[in-house]
Amino acid sequence: MAKHTLSVLVENHPGVLSRVAGLFSRRGFNIDSLAVGVTENPEVSRMTIVVDGDDYIVEQVSKQLNKLIDVIKIKQLDKNDSVSRELALIKVNATAATRGEIIQIVEIFRAKIVDVSKNTLTIEISGGTDKVAALEDMLKQFGIKEIVRTGTIAIERGNKYIKVTNNDEE
Amino acid sequence: MKLTGAQILVECLKEQGVDTIFGFPGGAVLNIYDALYKARNEIKHVLTSHEQGASHAADGYARATGKVGVCIATSGPGATNLVTGIATAYMDSVPMVAITGQVATTLLGKDSFQEVDITGITMPITKHNYIVKDVTKLADVIREAFLIAMEGRPGPVLIDVCKDVTAAVTEFEHRKPEKPHSAPLGMSEAEIDAAVEIINNAKRPIILSGGGVSISGANEELVIFAEKAKIPVTTTLMGLGSFPGTHELFTGLVGMHGTKTSNLAVSESDLFIAIGARFSDRVISNVKRFAPEAKIMHIDIDPAEVGKNITVHYPLIGNVKKIIKLLNTKIDKKEYSDWNKKIDEWKRLYPLKYPQDGVLRPHYVIERLYELTKGQALITTEVGQNQLWAAQYYKYSAPRQFISSGGLGTMGYGLGACIGAQMGRPDKKVINVAGDGSFRMNCTEIATAVEYKVPIIIALLNNHVLGMVRQWQELFYDARYSSTTIDRGTDFVAMAEAFGAIGINVSKPEEVDAAILKALESTDRPVLLNFEIDRDDKVFPIVPPGAPINELIEE
Repeated sequence: MAKHTLSVLVENHPGVLSRVAGLFSRRGFNIDSLAVGVTENPEVSRMTIVVDGDDYIVEQVSKQLNKLIDVIKIKQLDKNDSVSRELALIKVNATAATRGEIIQIVEIFRAKIVDVSKNTLTIEISGGTDKVAALEDMLKQFGIKEIVRTGTIAIERGNKYIKVTNNDEE
Repeated sequence: MKLTGAQILVECLKEQGVDTIFGFPGGAVLNIYDALYKARNEIKHVLTSHEQGASHAADGYARATGKVGVCIATSGPGATNLVTGIATAYMDSVPMVAITGQVATTLLGKDSFQEVDITGITMPITKHNYIVKDVTKLADVIREAFLIAMEGRPGPVLIDVCKDVTAAVTEFEHRKPEKPHSAPLGMSEAEIDAAVEIINNAKRPIILSGGGVSISGANEELVIFAEKAKIPVTTTLMGLGSFPGTHELFTGLVGMHGTKTSNLAVSESDLFIAIGARFSDRVISNVKRFAPEAKIMHIDIDPAEVGKNITVHYPLIGNVKKIIKLLNTKIDKKEYSDWNKKIDEWKRLYPLKYPQDGVLRPHYVIERLYELTKGQALITTEVGQNQLWAAQYYKYSAPRQFISSGGLGTMGYGLGACIGAQMGRPDKKVINVAGDGSFRMNCTEIATAVEYKVPIIIALLNNHVLGMVRQWQELFYDARYSSTTIDRGTDFVAMAEAFGAIGINVSKPEEVDAAILKALESTDRPVLLNFEIDRDDKVFPIVPPGAPINELIEE
């Protein structure tokens, strides 16, 4: 099964997230991640939904989403023609002995340390899912106490953009 | 002018041309009912026995007339009692607006008395729903709700109105209702031409006509299409009436209880043209072995239906009526072919049949209803064997003539729907074909029919069992009749009389005509005809679960 990224413009109403999430659960579609936030137009929110499934599933997801009155527009993003990122905060055990090594790893990943205590470090990383997973893997040996991630957001490269009107490109 | 929310609601209903609504009052809708009282000369409010009855009546009204059906209930239990009716309408694409009262905005989310999150509950069973917390938004929400209910593939919309909103005052201006956008053709000339070529070249084509043909009013175009290309037509349950049941190209129902002719024809076809249908499991049964030699063409307004349940080779997405109309101008006129003759031969070999042994049979009752109403009655049904017998043995000639819960299979649907249909079509005789199991569920609506002098006929096929489930138990569960015998001594005739209706008992075939004729005479009272039938009468043919549709049990 492949991962597909859908960008969905929706009306910024209460209850829209629940409509979308409900649709996924009752139709048996699996969501890998869902991130939502308001766009440059305060009346419109944008969801980035990563779906796990074959072409049939993705087609059905898109068509069913399109039937929701609050959904304005859906676009499947081409992996090679878009940039996707997620943000994670990772709290890891750190003693005087291990702190240096952790900081080195953090630098290699171009991540940031955003909080420190006597026995923990909290690291902020943004990047593709693979990069976040790789850092997580490297930090496991020190003992991860907590991890929070935002879910993927994605945007098309170059001149293309998704707008409420029907013109995808300008 | 300044109006309260309740007055705005009523004004908006008038704006939409609503003259009949079905409902049941309660605390959260007191203001609305007060406004309805004042508008009682313009909008007829039909008080049902139960909110579920109101929802089915609004549904039956909508199916019979093509207009939006409106029902109303109070918050909490009133609202939840509408749920089955809303789900029924959703599954069968019926335009409905359900209005529910809600607790005041200040009490929302506090588990207040009779508070329930009805928008949350009905999210998966409505086309869209609203909760109105601001009186200035109310009018536009109602207008939008009607538009959504009608537009494209129709469906139910729920509007939940907080009690304080119904009392609050705001400026209101009348507006002409927006006409629903007629769906565009939806495709290019080239796509149409490609489809035409496929149709012209097919050797063994068959058309499946679904409810969408009736909804879009494409029935006349369909007849032209079928006659010109000499293509046999089968229908789904929802499609009954979309093609004349007496037409020589008609092959009867398809699928689980389809005719042998339809099911063989589909299985041997080389082109399967589904129009306004959604490939329900009751039609396709075993998806891997459905129409194995056919390419599938699918004409439908809802793109999400294309490729959902079966692989479609030639999708034509758009307005069904416009598409068929255009196809009609382009397809070749064909001669009666060997394929047509083969189908005629099947029809001759495999007619629908039932025992002719002097015992009162349900099939016979339906046949007599057909004859004595000259095929002109509207038929509503409950769900189960009664529904399929009504589907098989009455020949429907027009859309909106057969009104039945197809998708959800809602037992208890028929009586409410029958009352709604009769109120929408006072010019027609409306008959509810019922079984005793389904009928008992919501039989209290007889009181409604009596009160409003609705002269419906309830043709109760009384076998004292839950016949369809019993039939499955006999055929597939070694006759272990678990909880399906309901021989409880209920005297339905006496019950009907107690409600103020007319009740007539029928137990012999020779009594059938007189009873039906007597029932047809009533103009101001509902009549219940209690037909005592055998508990082992079955619906045949039947395709066993999981089998391909050409492997059917005939008797």
